[in-house]
Amino acid sequence: MKPPPFEYYNPQSLDEALSHLAEHGYDAKILAGGQSLVPMLNFRLAQPAILVDLNNITDLAYIQNGDSGGVQIGAMTRHAQVERDPIVADRAPLIHETMPMIATTQIRSRGTFGGSIAHADPSAELVAISVALEGKFRLRSQSGEREVPAADFFLGMFTTQLEPEEILVETSFPTKPARTGWAIKEIARRPHDFALVGVATVVSLHADDRIQNSRIVFLSVGDGPVVAEKAAETLRDQSPSPELLRAAAETAAVEDIDPSNDIHASAEFRRHLAKVLTRQALETAIERAKG
Amino acid sequence: MKTSIGEPIKRNEDPRLLTGKALFVDDVNITGMLHAAFLRSDYAHARIKGIDTSAARERPGVVAVYTAEDMGEDWAPGPSNVAPPPAEEIIFHSRTQVPLAKGKVRYVGEPIAIVVAESRYIAEDAVEDIFVDLEMLDVVADLEAALDPETILVHDDLDSNLAAHMFQGKGDYEAAKASADLVISRRIDFDRGAAAAMENRGVIAHWEEKAQHLTVWDTTQAPIPIRNGLAARHGLPENQVRVIAPFIGGGFGPKILLHYPEEIMIPWVSIQLCKPIKWIEDRRENFLATTQERQQIHEAEMILSKEGKILGVSHTFLHDTGAYDPYGLTIPLNTESHATGGYDVPNYHSEVKVVFTNKMITTPVRGAGRPQGIFLVERLLDIAAKELGMDPVEIRKLNFIPPEAFPYEREIIDQAFTPLILDSGNYQPVMDKAVETIGYHQFISEEQPRLRAEGKHIGIGIIPFVETTGVGPYEGARINVDPSGVINVATGVGTQGQGHFTSFAQIVAEQLGVDVSDVNLITGDSAEFHWGTGTFASRGAVVAANAIHASSKIVRDKVLKLASKILEAPEEELELEGGFVRVADIPRLSISLGDLALEANPLRGTVEPGMEPGLEATAYFGPQYGAAAFGVHAMIIEVDPETMMIDIKRYVVAEDCGRILNPLILEGQIHGGVAMGIGNAYYEQLIYDENAQLLNASLADYLVPTACEIPHIEIEHLETRSPLNPLGTKGVGEAGTIPVPALYAQAIENAFPDHDFEILEMPLSPNKLFEILYKKEVGR
Ligand SMILES: Cc1cc2nc3c(=O)[nH]c(=O)nc-3n(C[C@H](O)[C@H](O)[C@H](O)COP(=O)(O)OP(=O)(O)OC[C@H]3O[C@@H](n4cnc5c(N)ncnc54)[C@H](O)[C@@H]3O)c2cc1C
Repeated sequence: MKPPPFEYYNPQSLDEALSHLAEHGYDAKILAGGQSLVPMLNFRLAQPAILVDLNNITDLAYIQNGDSGGVQIGAMTRHAQVERDPIVADRAPLIHETMPMIATTQIRSRGTFGGSIAHADPSAELVAISVALEGKFRLRSQSGEREVPAADFFLGMFTTQLEPEEILVETSFPTKPARTGWAIKEIARRPHDFALVGVATVVSLHADDRIQNSRIVFLSVGDGPVVAEKAAETLRDQSPSPELLRAAAETAAVEDIDPSNDIHASAEFRRHLAKVLTRQALETAIERAKG
Repeated sequence: MKTSIGEPIKRNEDPRLLTGKALFVDDVNITGMLHAAFLRSDYAHARIKGIDTSAARERPGVVAVYTAEDMGEDWAPGPSNVAPPPAEEIIFHSRTQVPLAKGKVRYVGEPIAIVVAESRYIAEDAVEDIFVDLEMLDVVADLEAALDPETILVHDDLDSNLAAHMFQGKGDYEAAKASADLVISRRIDFDRGAAAAMENRGVIAHWEEKAQHLTVWDTTQAPIPIRNGLAARHGLPENQVRVIAPFIGGGFGPKILLHYPEEIMIPWVSIQLCKPIKWIEDRRENFLATTQERQQIHEAEMILSKEGKILGVSHTFLHDTGAYDPYGLTIPLNTESHATGGYDVPNYHSEVKVVFTNKMITTPVRGAGRPQGIFLVERLLDIAAKELGMDPVEIRKLNFIPPEAFPYEREIIDQAFTPLILDSGNYQPVMDKAVETIGYHQFISEEQPRLRAEGKHIGIGIIPFVETTGVGPYEGARINVDPSGVINVATGVGTQGQGHFTSFAQIVAEQLGVDVSDVNLITGDSAEFHWGTGTFASRGAVVAANAIHASSKIVRDKVLKLASKILEAPEEELELEGGFVRVADIPRLSISLGDLALEANPLRGTVEPGMEPGLEATAYFGPQYGAAAFGVHAMIIEVDPETMMIDIKRYVVAEDCGRILNPLILEGQIHGGVAMGIGNAYYEQLIYDENAQLLNASLADYLVPTACEIPHIEIEHLETRSPLNPLGTKGVGEAGTIPVPALYAQAIENAFPDHDFEILEMPLSPNKLFEILYKKEVGR
């Protein structure tokens, strides 16, 4: 379990990092917190010729108020910092609630917010919630910058819109609209494991408590974040009732997702858990939306 | 005599361990040392048609590459660790592991070649340069299908994949069955798990050509047999080989195999190259190439009277030994020894077929066949209790071996190859203690109905078990008083975290009147003490501890004899305390043990005939047969019927392992054992596919419970001393793991009283519970 040989660059600025990427393209890989990449190197699942380490680019680690409300999180911000940040707790409570679900304290001290998103593991909580929160990602290369909505960013298992010469520099999340509630529910074998199934929901209510809009996004049931569109449709403009939420959960579990079998859970069990968790998440989100 | 045995003394070794000052194998670095990596088979079964190592040899930094062919005459399988037991009509085909695969590979992870290089990195790169031409063969992955006549053979020279076939019995089971009121028959399935010690294996070998001496640091539980085996293999006198098993981060059984391929290859390469060679197993290798345990399939039966008395137990079972069977029938023998639990069972019959498959070898892992036996008898008893409408605790009490029936003869052969006799015990008080501590009666009559009314699925389990421990043949110890006043103790058993540095020290401290911290224990270094068999079968506190007790008594006698002469006082008037020998009534008439040791080793004058220099003694202890410990575990759980997650609300252990040497260490052993049992029952399963590929060979996918998953454990101690050894100890090292699978099954069933299902397989998982329970419409 030793990685094959690679060259290591330790740029001191974003520009320097971008120039390494521009020069080496597909041969290079970015090293952020290393919590996903280093195991892959040691298992020899990834064999990049060059590693470009972002850990000295301190100006990529920050949390600040967004321009029009919301919050902006620099890609190299450690999970642990996000977990404890008051701005995040205030403006993006779903992110705040999610952070402790990721791995262990030790891993969260090292792993980065941007690394988790760029890695695009279908089981990563941040992948699902950034879609649920309608987040946006800023990608930079030597030739310029572009902003990609989370919903368009994830292309499949460990694949995103990132080009080999691009760096994810910032993630941003809009202000939470009024009368909006959120929840994330997941089941993991041990608390620090990747979840067997997880679901994040954001629900907005009309003034009369009918559901205006809802987003239900799953993790660990497909090749990426899976949005339960049919279930959300069944909720639109309806008054929440236990029967309604139960039915929506059933729709999500049966029609919106197509989970697969693996050594930890059968597809059938995953669907079952998806149904249970969706109902629970919707209940919590609606309660919170009512305030 | 001031007592020290039985005191809750903190561990002598912990400051060293906790501050990183303890030597582990990987800490050893020698100038000029080279590093080895193994090319291991990616396939479970294939014929080797050719191996091309030329590219690997050419890689810069590579020093040597060897295959089986390159070993010439030195290539030889083996040795066998455990011979077949002396049972009548036994069939046993010994096929032992090979240093490097020759002709064919028989499991994923089997070593094919070794690369030696300047660094482990280069060695691993070079492993990828080796090309092996393989002809794929069908794979023996399924334990039951393995015995079909059409199935391909793991060992081509045998007629079938049958490794061993054995019958055992007591009484006349069939005759008893004819008159039984109730017959319970079930199929029971156990799958494989890993020991997953924190420290993986490692071997460092240093052949010094000019001294003609081989030193090996090895993470072994059996340093002395490893030394003897290496000496024999290399044609060296035993005193030219030294094996050191330093601190080891957990053994749990697999580290006792004699010899792993790596334990043969690393010393062999060191001799070839006259260089020190290091190999440290990584976690992936540990999953693939360290021995595993537990897979068995039983057709089990219990016969009872309508009053609930067990009339007999019978089982026919398959035991998976993997690709080779170096450990003989130890595991199935243990299963048989425990398949009647702590019960008075007049009729017993067993038939076992040990089967070769294309998987890693199985050898004892903490519990070692016992959890399967206890699961079998306790499950059948639970089902019988339901059929008879009896309380599960009452049916057990009715069947316990009564205290006056000890020593109790099972009339079968156990793992020590002696007839199984349970030496001593008093089971009912232990059961009563567990029942009382968990509040069994109050729980089932008040709390459980109330919680059930609230819609909660809350269940209780209570499972007794026996543990045969402390088998021979022997251990020994040499003790001497150092002129500094420190007491040196050397023994051959290795140590892997059991607290030997403290519990053994307590025995010596009590005899010699010194502080426990002044006892310096050296274990597992053949240069210090070269007799012994190793740490296994929960035997340290029985066999090694009694050897230490015996030798410290001899040293005490020597101390008294010499002090009596010097202090001019009769021996009866002397007392040993605080590192001094004193005349009881005249405290100023005293001499320190250190000074006495100097007096015992004079530079002039004469050591009189019949005397020996120094205050030193060596003694051995070999028990007549093993000592049987007993315990009861009780647990209250809540199952979430929607997610199948289990929350342990309470966990109680009542344990009787004879004389307690140190209750803190004892409780530590129980905590660790229970944690391992919880893993066995609910988290840990090695999952192989139909090609015998291990699908979860990493700690990300093989789930070892962490501190978060282990509940607070309440422990109650009882003492029924063993009459078989002077200290009265029994073993406890494996106790914690043994009843846990049966306990989970019972408690889960109890949590769903309105659902008619049975748990007859292990390990469980939320997914498996979903399969079992959901068919019963739970949680819809
Ligand atoms: C035992 C364990 C348990 C875990 N459990 C969970 C869990 O429950 N939930 C969860 O979500 N995660 C879990 N993780 C993963 C953890 O959250 C990682 O921190 C995260 O996935 C990757 O972040 P990183 O900073 O370590 O990235 P790295 O490992 O350094 O990089 C990951 C990938 O992203 C790329 N990358 C990183 N940063 C950028 C960037 N700024 N721009 C472009 N590409 C980039 C890298 O090139 C690499 O391909 C676990 C990890 C471990 C080891």
